[in-house]
Amino acid sequence: MELSLATRTVGEHTVLEVGGEVDVYTAPRLRERLLELIDGGARHVVVDLGRVDFLDSTGLGVLVGALKRLRSAGGSFALVCDKEPLLKIFRITALDQVFPLHPTVDAAVSADSAGAGA
Amino acid sequence: MATVKLSFSPAPVHVRTARLVGVAVARRAGVREDLLDEVRLAIGEACTRAVALHRQYGLADPVLVEMSDGGSYAVRVVDRAPIEAGIGLTALPPDELANESLTDEALTTGVGFALLAGFVEDLQVRPVDEGIGTEVRMVWPVGR
Repeated sequence: MELSLATRTVGEHTVLEVGGEVDVYTAPRLRERLLELIDGGARHVVVDLGRVDFLDSTGLGVLVGALKRLRSAGGSFALVCDKEPLLKIFRITALDQVFPLHPTVDAAVSADSAGAGA
Repeated sequence: MATVKLSFSPAPVHVRTARLVGVAVARRAGVREDLLDEVRLAIGEACTRAVALHRQYGLADPVLVEMSDGGSYAVRVVDRAPIEAGIGLTALPPDELANESLTDEALTTGVGFALLAGFVEDLQVRPVDEGIGTEVRMVWPVGR
């Protein structure tokens, strides 16, 4: 399935809904969109992986890149994921210790708002 | 023993094709349904790695994927890159993953290797028998 990207705003958070396959071929499009959002001023970004059915190391690399960029800009970055196969990928790569992972967008937004003291 | 061979020019767009074929042959060979996600991911990672190496060295040679089901399901992914580049794979510790100085390429390579090592119990990365290159060999059990 092709990559799909849709953006919406929840309070001060920008939510990027990703669907389909994120791999070596499609990851550059995800990177471009994240850069557009960050360059456009988004500082609190939540990436919803709820409709992702494949994610590889290239996609994970793009997500880490966005996390680093937002952190250095004083922003925040969180992921929404509740699918066991994807969660296993985060555990195996130890990236579950790098990303804030939440089961729902609401949980990600409220955890991030609380953490930021907003 | 049935063998399926796939050879593709080193372009990212073909990695998905390799994954699809690899999973179709795995299913046919009798690999358990609950292992197929791991087969798909591992074949994708091995092919992504091969494509990246070919591009890094400017090699137009095709990447070879060979799938065989003699008693188990074995997949070989063969690249033609110089060996010193191919074998130096290391998994990264968590505190290094988000390190500012780590390049995107190094991160992706480290994470890719962690996924291969984590998802494939029977994994070998070794020089090819003839010529230049590395083969990633992965084996999964078939049947119940």
